[in-house]
Amino acid sequence: MLIMRHELLLVAIAVILLIVEIFLPNERKRLIIIPSLLLMAGVTIIGFLPGTTGELFGGMYRNTQLTILLKNILNIGVLIIFVQSVDWLKKDENKEKISEFYILMLSTLIGMNYMISSGDFLMFYLGLELATIPIAALAAWERYKEKSAEAGVKLIFTSALSSGILLYGLSMIYGTTGTLYFTDVAPLINGAPLQVLAFIFFFAGMAFKISLVPFHLWTADVYEGAPVNVTSFLSVISKAAAVFIFTIILYTVFAKIAVLWSQVLYVITILTITLGNLFALRQQNLKRFLAFSSIAQAGFILLGIIGQSQIGMTTVIYFALVYIFSNLAAFGVVGIIANRTGKENIDDYDGLYRTNPNLSLVMMLALFSLAGIPPLAGFFGKFFLFAAAAKQGYYILVLIALINTIVSLYYYLLVIKAMLLNNSDRPIAHFKSDGFTRLGLLMCVFGIVVVGFISAIYEMVLNLSFGLF
Amino acid sequence: MFEGVPLTWFLITGTIMFFVGIYGFLVRKNLITMLMSIELILNSVNINFVAFNKILYPGHLEGMFFTIFIIAVAAAEASVAIAIIINIYRRLVNIDVEKMNEMKY
Repeated sequence: MLIMRHELLLVAIAVILLIVEIFLPNERKRLIIIPSLLLMAGVTIIGFLPGTTGELFGGMYRNTQLTILLKNILNIGVLIIFVQSVDWLKKDENKEKISEFYILMLSTLIGMNYMISSGDFLMFYLGLELATIPIAALAAWERYKEKSAEAGVKLIFTSALSSGILLYGLSMIYGTTGTLYFTDVAPLINGAPLQVLAFIFFFAGMAFKISLVPFHLWTADVYEGAPVNVTSFLSVISKAAAVFIFTIILYTVFAKIAVLWSQVLYVITILTITLGNLFALRQQNLKRFLAFSSIAQAGFILLGIIGQSQIGMTTVIYFALVYIFSNLAAFGVVGIIANRTGKENIDDYDGLYRTNPNLSLVMMLALFSLAGIPPLAGFFGKFFLFAAAAKQGYYILVLIALINTIVSLYYYLLVIKAMLLNNSDRPIAHFKSDGFTRLGLLMCVFGIVVVGFISAIYEMVLNLSFGLF
Repeated sequence: MFEGVPLTWFLITGTIMFFVGIYGFLVRKNLITMLMSIELILNSVNINFVAFNKILYPGHLEGMFFTIFIIAVAAAEASVAIAIIINIYRRLVNIDVEKMNEMKY
């Protein structure tokens, strides 16, 4: 029981919300917002209490200190998204669907938790599907909007295709090793041609989920069409969970063919960072802009994976933590402005500092953190990733990544320039955001500033990453 | 019933089905046909799993289990996909992927 407490608690809340929803009349559905926020906060806090580790179902599910940490990180992210989405959920068009939003998000989170703690390819696949199918329903949330339906269709079809490709790889791994358990498969991986082919299929499937470059085409469209809070979930939580399990599988199951996959990653990293940045340069819509910037950030995460060591895993987790806070802050600002005014373009943000100084300061902090400006957490995240890759001797790769950081600084500064320096005849009018949005943004800013300064967090992640090897 | 059929034949069937599925997914314009192509891909995986299990590792059942789970999950995936397709049909009054071009670049 205690071993699976994260998943069980989330299932419990989802069931409670489902039952409560039945008894609430349509006009009083808003009452469910506060209890679900409190329940999620409770689960997040309980997750931090020291728990037991171990294996269940004969090793299909395993919980280590590392997976507990990863689940806690995801819980925090989802809690922030819940807090940020209150303002949007209170709109009239959503009032009948409030509990559905929470239940779908929670079931996605349950899938991710199972995926992260999987010790077996079957559990991994089930978690992966549970983490993607509800998200497609969420992306198609705004039924009356063509864009949202289009986003849903693009997401469900690309994710179904990528699962098919991934499964084809898994079937070959099963054929060559005769087992599906990570611990049993790992010693039997010997670089036979069929296994190499299987790995390539597996890699392609995962690259779709993390949106690495040759497989990234769905990202921008889905991010633009989906509601902002769903987009922030997709770009932060989904991506972080997929990156975590991808790293774990590469380091444990495919450890023996590390020479092979580091070459694949080498090429993909360069492509992802460069193309993500170049496409971000020419975006006008902020959601598309953040989509391409998140593709580039995923490329930076690969730098840590290529570091191939305990430090590699640590830097990946640390960067993901920083990235969650920074990106959620940026999406929080975009979300509240889109909600109140319906404006999503960079031009619309001209002169935002004069009318809404607090929001533009939060946005500035978030973008500085994403770009990696020194005092903020984003700088340390990137610095550790580069250090991990440099330690393995990938100097050219680190150089290319550094050049790309400068390019990314340019387009992040474009947005900041629009907010702070540009003048506009009709800037976005001053509005007072509600308490929940402010709380959510405050949590993000706190994370951005504090995670960078408290080195104990990095040390803690470093110690826990031992569990993997 | 299939005694004596070599493993290679099953794998060749699976591979052909897989790439027919990929081809159909890329070439067809109708969303329902694309969904059928995905089912084809998933079924080719099922053939692979069952063939490997039956011929190479007859003592275990892991491949069979995986197949059952794939079938179940594919059904769930198809139901969500069809719900979204119905919504698309209400908005655009057709289900041609080429019409879904509101967002580009």
